[in-house]
Amino acid sequence: MNTKTRLTGLAVAALALVGCANLPSVAELNQITDQMVKASFRTQAHVNVERLTQTDDTNRLCSEADASGQPLDEKVAKAIEETNLKAIRWPSNGQFIGDWKRGETIAQSGRGLTWTDDPKMANGGNCYNCHQMDKAEISYGTIGPSLYNYGKIRGVSDPSSAASKPIVEYTWGKIWNAKAYNACSNMPRAGHMGILTEAQVRDIVGLLLDPKSPVNQ
Amino acid sequence: MRQALIPVALAMVLGASPVLAQKTASQGIDEYRAMLQDGNPADLFEAKGEDLWKQKRGPKNASLEACDLGQGPGVIKGVFVSLPKYFADTGKVQDLESRLLTCMQTLQGFDPQAIAKTSFGSGEMANVTAMATWVAAESKGMKFNLSQSHAQERVMYEVGKRLFFMRGGTHDFSCASCHGEEGKRIRLQDLPLLTKNPGDGIGFAAWPAYRVSNGQMWGMQQRLNDCYRQQRFPFPGFASDATVALSVYLGVNAQGAASIAPAIKR
Amino acid sequence: MADPMRIRAQASGDKAIVRVLMSHEMESGQRKDAAGKIVPAWFIQEITASHNGKVVMTSEWGPAVSKNPFLQFSVKGAKAGDKVSIKWVDNRGATRTDEATIS
Repeated sequence: MNTKTRLTGLAVAALALVGCANLPSVAELNQITDQMVKASFRTQAHVNVERLTQTDDTNRLCSEADASGQPLDEKVAKAIEETNLKAIRWPSNGQFIGDWKRGETIAQSGRGLTWTDDPKMANGGNCYNCHQMDKAEISYGTIGPSLYNYGKIRGVSDPSSAASKPIVEYTWGKIWNAKAYNACSNMPRAGHMGILTEAQVRDIVGLLLDPKSPVNQ
Repeated sequence: MRQALIPVALAMVLGASPVLAQKTASQGIDEYRAMLQDGNPADLFEAKGEDLWKQKRGPKNASLEACDLGQGPGVIKGVFVSLPKYFADTGKVQDLESRLLTCMQTLQGFDPQAIAKTSFGSGEMANVTAMATWVAAESKGMKFNLSQSHAQERVMYEVGKRLFFMRGGTHDFSCASCHGEEGKRIRLQDLPLLTKNPGDGIGFAAWPAYRVSNGQMWGMQQRLNDCYRQQRFPFPGFASDATVALSVYLGVNAQGAASIAPAIKR
Repeated sequence: MADPMRIRAQASGDKAIVRVLMSHEMESGQRKDAAGKIVPAWFIQEITASHNGKVVMTSEWGPAVSKNPFLQFSVKGAKAGDKVSIKWVDNRGATRTDEATIS
């Protein structure tokens, strides 16, 4: 007796078709995949299955592009970036730069949002998983570019000056919603997806742009 | 303590100066990993798995010696590097752990859904892991050679590919976020590129493995489960179709890679 | 009864190299569980190794040795066919003895 969940509708028809030599079409395979996902994943603790079954267009379109091996159409990519840019929430108090010491702690922490995490605890930014930042930290990843001397390289000696404004805003925006600047970026959308709070994002911007931050020494 | 077991070399690594540390951190970790190779606790699980296979157990009080893992009843040698594959008796593609559940059900009378819901490392789930460890050990050194001759195997490869690139969860991660590019690492952990053969004993060819850091024996199902957990995805059912499809994708890509399972990891 | 040890003993010149993998939790007594309570100490305290019935090595272990410990030592004058026996006793008084033949 087959105790595993049975595939329904189109999936069964498609698999029956598979008795013939050819594979189902791309669209049919996409359908089979979606149904298999629904049947295989479940909600656990505070992690709802909708995180996967109802993911947004940004993720859906980029996933399809990745799987096909073809880059996203330029117009589609631009549209995704605009949608994400419009969704950015800028600092409610107009303050972009926070405390770099707290920012370092947030960047070091990988806590939060897995089914074993305590939802009452503060989430971390996971930043060192992918990026180098403070030179003293040798345990850094290379999935993303090095951010060592981030502010220094960009000539930000006074983050509150008018000259620094574009960089400061870009930095906030990139952390809040990385896809606003690169549709299929590998980087999470820390603010937009509720990973980090406004205050936490502010502290990370401080880590990157405060001239006194170890990142800029 | 009369007999110190902390290796001298490890103490040297811990004392490395931060100035030189960037160059030697990777070397130090490689040295530590080399030291771990002698005396893999996976041997303990392997021995346990072999005993469980031959023991009369379950409501039907039968052993698993008649279990067909793909090359006929009771054939163990070589099956690990041919899984997942299509099985005519269940009409579906199955990986090792899913197939063990099938046999535990049909031969011994166990409830596979109850086992699938049991936490890793406890009860019958721990027994499945032990048996998977033993079965894998019987193919140690052999090259992966998954079949793509059955139509369902080819469909599962395509589904597995889509799963590999499927972004989701709060962090928009897909498998490819970490395993989609050559030469990347997360913190100091090197990440193999899994869209092609990453080499002998790497990726798909390195599990089941004993993890020293938490003293746990992990099969491929648990490895996938923990990847998904860290991706902030919802919970993948044990031996669910999605996990099998993903394994087909990884296993077919690993064609020709030699298995080192059961391995030992930090 | 604890899980069996895995013992590999190989003759090498005028000695034998013995490798033992022991199955034991080796709880240090310093860890806390999810509720914040200390997990009680539970670790091997004493090892006795014998060759053909004669004790050749004793060892006193403490909480620093980690889970599923691996022990390697050599015995001078041991030959293929000889018997090696390992016994452990933990802090709760539980004990396990296993034997192997030198190959």
